[in-house]
Amino acid sequence: MSAINLTTTLKHEQFIEQVSRESGQPVQQCYQCGKCTAGCPIAFSMDVPPNRVMRMVQLGLRETALSCNSIWLCAYCSTCSVRCPKNVNLAQVMDALRIIAGKEKRAKTARARHVELFNRNFLNSIRRYGRLHEFETMTMYNLKSGQPFKNADTGLYMLSRGKLKFLIQKTSQMDQVKQIFARVKELEEK
Amino acid sequence: MKFSYYPGCCYETSAREYDMSSQAVCKKLGIELEEIEDWNCCGSTAAHSTNHLLALSLSARNLALAEQKGLDVVAACAACYQRLAVARHELNGDPDLLARVNSVTGLPYTASQRVLSMPEVIASYGVDNLRARVNKPLTGLKIAAYYGCLLVRPRSIQIDDEENPHILEQIMECCGAQPVDWHYQTECCGAGLGISNEDIVFKLVADILEDAAANGADCIICACPLCHFNLDLRQAKINKKLKQKFNLPVFYFTQLVGLATGVNPAVLSLHTHFINTKTIKRKYA
Repeated sequence: MSAINLTTTLKHEQFIEQVSRESGQPVQQCYQCGKCTAGCPIAFSMDVPPNRVMRMVQLGLRETALSCNSIWLCAYCSTCSVRCPKNVNLAQVMDALRIIAGKEKRAKTARARHVELFNRNFLNSIRRYGRLHEFETMTMYNLKSGQPFKNADTGLYMLSRGKLKFLIQKTSQMDQVKQIFARVKELEEK
Repeated sequence: MKFSYYPGCCYETSAREYDMSSQAVCKKLGIELEEIEDWNCCGSTAAHSTNHLLALSLSARNLALAEQKGLDVVAACAACYQRLAVARHELNGDPDLLARVNSVTGLPYTASQRVLSMPEVIASYGVDNLRARVNKPLTGLKIAAYYGCLLVRPRSIQIDDEENPHILEQIMECCGAQPVDWHYQTECCGAGLGISNEDIVFKLVADILEDAAANGADCIICACPLCHFNLDLRQAKINKKLKQKFNLPVFYFTQLVGLATGVNPAVLSLHTHFINTKTIKRKYA
């Protein structure tokens, strides 16, 4: 009989508990029917199919679950969630995993990094203006992802149809928006 | 009917057709839209993928501002609709979370007013009433109604069945158009992945376009700026990259309701699409 490391088991349980709490989902309910993966439109490009991500969570495999690119590529389309025979909202589980992985700066592959960078830039725009400024967000994304001319054709297309605005539209009561970001940070650090 | 209107960040840029046509159609039908004063971004996918409390609070500020007016909220953009409706749903059922979010925004929100999507608002006008207002029926126009994800999923906020919705087809039938049966009504277009991982979106969108064309659609209609961006703008790119010859105009459903009810085509912004809409415009405008 092989030895069981109780410290590892405890860590596994902590992870299962953390994902269940943050997603609000009964992750133990999944019985691996695979319906989520069968219907997932993005599964073809994921390194780990959604049902296996779910299994990793059930087994408490923190490292493997948080380092796959699937959690970043999930588009939150929620097809899995509405088809799950056990009513597990898997999109919400993916969201929780993304949040945990994001806080621990775990987006490492190119695909994952690009999603994380896009999200970060998007939020920066809201933090500064209260709203998304598409042009600046796109430009910053291109610069920071080291591909300055990526989507340049898209930008030109948009410009030609009057769909790019350089003028920044701000929420007037920016103090309220700033308060939201500050208070969230404060509460999370408590 | 009067609603608080949440235009969303793309209303003047990538989704200007949706904002313009929604406003024009509502005006035509006597539905009053009052823009939420000083709204902020709903946070979209970026917020809910990063921080749950932040996502709820960004949406809650808008909902609290709307609540002061005592009106139900309508969001044009499907992504905004989903974020606002999910926030309302979560906060409505959880007083502790609501108190926490209110302490973040500093605004007293009680989750009393409903959050609606634009298709629901137009449908609430009534099938018979809408039919009576149609003076330029879109006879013979075959449309593939594309819902994408955000209007029909998750279940807590869906406006219609998640696999087999009808609300857009119903509206289009009132306008005299002929909805086609197809398979990709509620398949995901990849949404925001279009920026970060465009190759994935190419495949998803190509499948959607191919099925719409194979089932005889003259055009696709949608109710979401992200879907529109991917289906319309990226169609040209897909043709180039995947050596395809798609040529399917993609309309916001409100643009076609506008044409059918005799709204001046100039305010429906039919000329800012990437896939040319001239043939259809010539026939029905």
